[in-house]
Amino acid sequence: MQRAMVIVGASLGGFDAISALLSRLPASFPWPVVIVQHRSAEDTADTLQVMLQRLCALPVREVEDKDPIVAGHVYVAPPDYHLLIDRGAFALSTEARVSHARPSIDVLFDSAAATLGSSVVAVVLTGANADGALGVVRVKSEGGLVLVQDPATAESPAMPLAAIATAAADEVLPLEAIGDYLSRLAASRM
Amino acid sequence: MSTELEVLEIELLTEGIFRHYGVDFRHYAYASLRRRIWNCVRAEKLSTVTQLLDRVLHDTGSMERLLLQLSVNVTSMFRDPGFYRAFREKVVPMLRSHPFIRIWHAGCSTGEEVYSMAILLEEEGLYERSRIYATDMNEAVLAQARKGIFSMDMMTEYTRNYALSGAKAQLSDYYLARYDFALFRQSLRRNVVFAHHNLVTDGSFNEFNVILCRNVMIYFDRELQSSVHRLFYASLRRFGILALGRKESLRGTDHEGDYLELDPVERIYRRMA
Repeated sequence: MQRAMVIVGASLGGFDAISALLSRLPASFPWPVVIVQHRSAEDTADTLQVMLQRLCALPVREVEDKDPIVAGHVYVAPPDYHLLIDRGAFALSTEARVSHARPSIDVLFDSAAATLGSSVVAVVLTGANADGALGVVRVKSEGGLVLVQDPATAESPAMPLAAIATAAADEVLPLEAIGDYLSRLAASRM
Repeated sequence: MSTELEVLEIELLTEGIFRHYGVDFRHYAYASLRRRIWNCVRAEKLSTVTQLLDRVLHDTGSMERLLLQLSVNVTSMFRDPGFYRAFREKVVPMLRSHPFIRIWHAGCSTGEEVYSMAILLEEEGLYERSRIYATDMNEAVLAQARKGIFSMDMMTEYTRNYALSGAKAQLSDYYLARYDFALFRQSLRRNVVFAHHNLVTDGSFNEFNVILCRNVMIYFDRELQSSVHRLFYASLRRFGILALGRKESLRGTDHEGDYLELDPVERIYRRMA
């Protein structure tokens, strides 16, 4: 399962949720973790990357065009670009917003499913819109695994609820359990 | 996974378009090209990429639509205001000593960023001795760019961008509002040449002091990026300026060592060797 990849989508309330998830991943976590967090186009000061690095044992990087995807690294989408998974590397795009979002969670999830198929583990966290719902259906149809934050533990439950409504979710987990679930999953597949 | 068949179909599509129309998408970045191709398949109400190939080979109208869809034409005036601020602060002082300034704006799309640069140069007193060669692979967007007419709906955002860019006036000083449109002053175009140029297949056509190519090469694969960087290097005078998008760099290209990074955030480089 060397090629497995965790892809995470978060919107409103996402910073705390992502923090909770990343702080539970050990330094030995073997897969790349790729995160789309909706944020302002003007949030250009690397703030998200710097803040997340403080509480994460894995190296955190804001993606640049054509960056190689390395196991055990955490990647965040830069503001105002769509982030896509290409063969072995990231691709960026400034194409139109998708459902008002750039970066779009659906765009990331769709490209990961197309490139990596069943090796994808998708995670939908808190958010006030429905981004990610189309993406998890696509991940599921390619044989990937779909985890959704329990809406009861989400600062904003709409996005998890939309993902659950597609019936594509394999697991609905409380926020505190997601990091540990991923660690156990990675350990069991090694 | 549908991947292998999809890869084959997309290869056949780009090969067919290249052989029949001479337009080369074969070295575009796969992941984003794939997405735009599927958008076309849906817009044409088809269900496979191979059906799209059939249609574009036999119907030039659908080829024109495809060309517009496959080239990305999202742009805005003073997009990334920080870039224009850095350009005023770091590049303009270098340009002041030049008797004549040639600028190549590669991949200018509908022209919003060209008019932005013209305004900046005008305000810095450099426009009279500047010439901007604004090029794009797509005739339809060039025709729009030549008009200098943009939607009034966008002016709130553009005015805000402009203010953050180190503005010396009001954006509304540069346009006339007519119904739903903003008509930009003809005089802003007096030193702009809009022309067709395809970075994939066309060569160098002049020597420039500044080359702007922001968020264009993100749609190319590494091989094509390297070839475009060779073209830019060959087209840029020594000590000339190359401006890329915020998340692009010269890393891994043949010319990485030939440039000095003038602004690490806005990715403004100066050719040194």
